[in-house]
Amino acid sequence: MLSASDEQRSRGIRVAPEPEHWRGTEPLRVLDADGTVVGDPDVGLEPDELRAMLRWMLLARRLDRECIALQRQGELTVYPGFEGQEAAQIGSAMALGPDDFVFPTFRELAVALVRGVDPVQYLAYHRGTWHGGPYDPRATRFGPICIPVATQIAHGVGYAIGLALDATPACSISYFGDGSTSEGDFHEAANLAGVFTAPAVLFCQNNGWAISMPARSQTAGEIWRRAAGYGFPGVRVDGNDVLAVYRATREATARARTGGGPTLIEAMTYRIGAHSTADDPGRYRDDDEVTAARAFDPITRFQTWLVTAGHFDDELLAGWNHEIEEQVLAIREGVIAQPAPAVEWMFDWAYANPPDELAGQRREVLGG
Amino acid sequence: MVAALNAALRDALRDDDRVLVFGEDVGRSGGVFRVTDGLQPEFGDRRVFDTPISESGIAGAAVGLAFAGWRSVVEMQFDAFSYPALEQIIDHIAKMRERTRGRIDMPITIRMPAFGGIKGKEHHGESPETYYVHTAGLKVVTPSSPGDAYRLLRLAIADPDPVIVLEPKARYWAKEDTSFDVEGPGIGEGRVVRDGNAASIFTYGAMVSRCLDAASSLADEGVAVRVVDLRSLSPLDTGLIAGCVRETGRAVVVHEAPKTLGLGAEVTARIVEDAFDFLEAPVRRVTGYDVPYPPAALEHHYLPSVQRIAAAVREVVSY
Repeated sequence: MLSASDEQRSRGIRVAPEPEHWRGTEPLRVLDADGTVVGDPDVGLEPDELRAMLRWMLLARRLDRECIALQRQGELTVYPGFEGQEAAQIGSAMALGPDDFVFPTFRELAVALVRGVDPVQYLAYHRGTWHGGPYDPRATRFGPICIPVATQIAHGVGYAIGLALDATPACSISYFGDGSTSEGDFHEAANLAGVFTAPAVLFCQNNGWAISMPARSQTAGEIWRRAAGYGFPGVRVDGNDVLAVYRATREATARARTGGGPTLIEAMTYRIGAHSTADDPGRYRDDDEVTAARAFDPITRFQTWLVTAGHFDDELLAGWNHEIEEQVLAIREGVIAQPAPAVEWMFDWAYANPPDELAGQRREVLGG
Repeated sequence: MVAALNAALRDALRDDDRVLVFGEDVGRSGGVFRVTDGLQPEFGDRRVFDTPISESGIAGAAVGLAFAGWRSVVEMQFDAFSYPALEQIIDHIAKMRERTRGRIDMPITIRMPAFGGIKGKEHHGESPETYYVHTAGLKVVTPSSPGDAYRLLRLAIADPDPVIVLEPKARYWAKEDTSFDVEGPGIGEGRVVRDGNAASIFTYGAMVSRCLDAASSLADEGVAVRVVDLRSLSPLDTGLIAGCVRETGRAVVVHEAPKTLGLGAEVTARIVEDAFDFLEAPVRRVTGYDVPYPPAALEHHYLPSVQRIAAAVREVVSY
């Protein structure tokens, strides 16, 4: 295992040390932290698609910050931010095909945006107007928000088994964090995926923290290596390098869709913010660590490269910033304007064939 | 009953090509109780398949398969081995329809051998029904006869909601029915299996036949007791329960599960709420004790016996 100082020597002088949990196996990387090309930058995307990638990341960050503001203003319940993870989410989401199905955690708002989920509908969850997925999960192939840790990985694997039974050339992708890999459900799902050669991508965003637990206290090994134990490929990728994430996910989804089975991707990223708006990371994490991690920002790196490659300029950025402000404002207004759910909705979808008993309880809550 | 369950699975697989049967040892072996015997050769290993020992993974996969339009019938090899799957069952299977505003149904059937009475090893004789009955979004059924086992399993598989099917393993070898038919009482309906007006016994699963034995011996004493097989533990047939108490005025509830917060507590509460004015005596419960399920050599002391049941009936009748 390389020490931090060894790594710095091998890659030249850095303004800040890499996040501690990135140590060990060098991840796949296309762009270095300063936007320098260190791998093949041709990931198969046209310049307009590359620009779209950046625009999604900018929108995601701006919306994420707005959501935190909305929570502070009392318009959202507890909100889990994802600042710093835009490349991991946008890069992987853009690598998906329309028939691929996403099983998210509660932190994949950026993925939801790319899938075409209405952000107002998505944020109904955090508004506290509905649990799960008030949006239509089948329309966008983006499953309900999932809080119970690691359980959604099995859903993705089951869905993938179903795709294979139907011989549908598509795959599932289950998102989860480093903390999830300590759960039994991670193991059960990964093991099933391997046994059934399921067209499933297991996408871990290792952001270094599971609430207050640093990744080193979560697991003693490297997460991507566990794939070998389940009999399928694992890959460690720089999760703050959107091109590397895109490439790794493209390869994994292509393998899955053509019968090659599952892949475990460990995307090394960093949770800049708190676990959620209810969390105070000052109790367990040094601010210096966050400051250092900002030197590896996924947006800055990609934007720098796009400018250098001649795909992007400040004029375009100014136009986008204006559009994104308006877009986020519209989402904000939509969230606030969202009507409260009808009381009887508690009863209306609990069962397809509801017990007679529920009719009486429904009348009671309606004052009948 | 094993043959009835096997026939139900076979007919469901034949009638609906979206039905899948999977679990531990259900394929090549045909299940540890042979409930799935012969299904894999007939329907192939794509529709009837073995899984690793992975109860939570099995239940979680069934969720994903439902998203993909499949109707899973999964087996938990024994009652107590269903507990690793509780998170998937309670947090996802039971709630997914509500969470998606009715867009994603969970037509999942979870079968498991349940209850005691076969001198099994520990963790092989549990009565887990309260855990499932207490979870909104689930339905819970338990048959007491081969014919009803066929019917309830077919209804469970056809139901758009998730259904837990608790198969009373002490009745697996019961052979009183030879032809099977889906027509009859549905999920949510109990049935009177023996009529009588002196008292009503409410029971389910393997205790139904034991209560019938008790009713026979009480008949010899001139006490005509009604026996109600609840069969659907959730939804519970509260109308039938109240109706029987209005007619008989006396009630005994019998189950294998421990007394505290067993289904008898709910049945008794319903009787008090819905038929209090008709009660001629306090409701009595004859149940397992509030201790871990005992070893084989002691289980006959734990399970409600004909004697305990008959004594409780005599007590309420003579009150």
